[in-house]
Amino acid sequence: MARVLINFPQRAKRGDIIEIKTLIQHPMETGYRLDNKGAAIPRDIINCFTCAYNGDEVFRIELFPAISANPFIAFSTVATESGELVFSWTDDHGQTQTETRQITVE
Amino acid sequence: MNGVLRPLLALAAATVVAAAPDEKRSGYDFAGPEIRAMQDDDTANPGNLWVLQGETLWGKRAGAADRSCADCHGDAQVSMKGVAARYPAFDAALRRPIDLEQRINQCRTEHQKAEPLSWESDELLGVSAFLARQSRGLPITVSASPESSPFLDLGGKLFEQREGQLNLACSQCHDENWGKRLAGNLIPQGHPTGYPVYRLEWQSLGSLQRRLRNCMTGVRAEPFEFGAPQAVALELYLMERARGMPMDAPAVRP
Repeated sequence: MARVLINFPQRAKRGDIIEIKTLIQHPMETGYRLDNKGAAIPRDIINCFTCAYNGDEVFRIELFPAISANPFIAFSTVATESGELVFSWTDDHGQTQTETRQITVE
Repeated sequence: MNGVLRPLLALAAATVVAAAPDEKRSGYDFAGPEIRAMQDDDTANPGNLWVLQGETLWGKRAGAADRSCADCHGDAQVSMKGVAARYPAFDAALRRPIDLEQRINQCRTEHQKAEPLSWESDELLGVSAFLARQSRGLPITVSASPESSPFLDLGGKLFEQREGQLNLACSQCHDENWGKRLAGNLIPQGHPTGYPVYRLEWQSLGSLQRRLRNCMTGVRAEPFEFGAPQAVALELYLMERARGMPMDAPAVRP
């Protein structure tokens, strides 16, 4: 499992716009590079990231080979109700890493 | 034309680092505002991914002794505070200074009876980043013990010595020409305050040894092997040269 950092206000007022910041460890290999023997290094990137807030998708991004290693993604959403935020990163191998965090809305 | 040019000139003036010639400046002072913001925000600083890994390894048992770092050293926030700011440190048994990475591996082989971690592996960078993080904000204070003084002298000599096909010494860039540009990049003073450092060019965390090898390759010299005594002497000299500067590891640099 890749290491992940997620940061957002744990408590928010209803209707507040909250900023959510995420960072994940990933090489984001472009597929354009050669190794020291001249063989192409196969592409290996996270191609999709989503965030669901109590089951509703509030954010989705498609990523392409120009994104740097260890992609940092920040976005905002409106705090509507207490519940859980589910973050998913999907890579070229089709593997998905999912992280769940709780938020309290008052 | 003048109206277009003026804001550009103002911008150029703002990026020039102004300091007294004898003032010590960290690489942080030379970095742009975006890079500083990246370093200062714990979620945006990718070095913290390695810190997280190091924290896990700190508590994980390893080797034939089946002991973790924490079994002997306890809470790193207490026991490791300021430790990274004192390395390289003189090792009485080896009769020479060793750097933080070598000390971690010494602990692994002697006390954990485990395989040493390889240079620049995520594991070794993780532990060293986790330790260096415990010294954030604390001043660099390498020991000025009489035993390490010959090695300090050697490091100083290496810093002043011209080498490679470009025939350049470290001091020619980092003492005499800091603040000027080398191929579009600002030349910093070369103070190792933030190692291991997340370098955007590397897209990864890297040790001071890697950085030194990088500079040596840059002047077309044959780089020291990882962990070579000369490389550690140079590290020791650089840390002494940066004495009193606050640590900012894991730093982000261009």
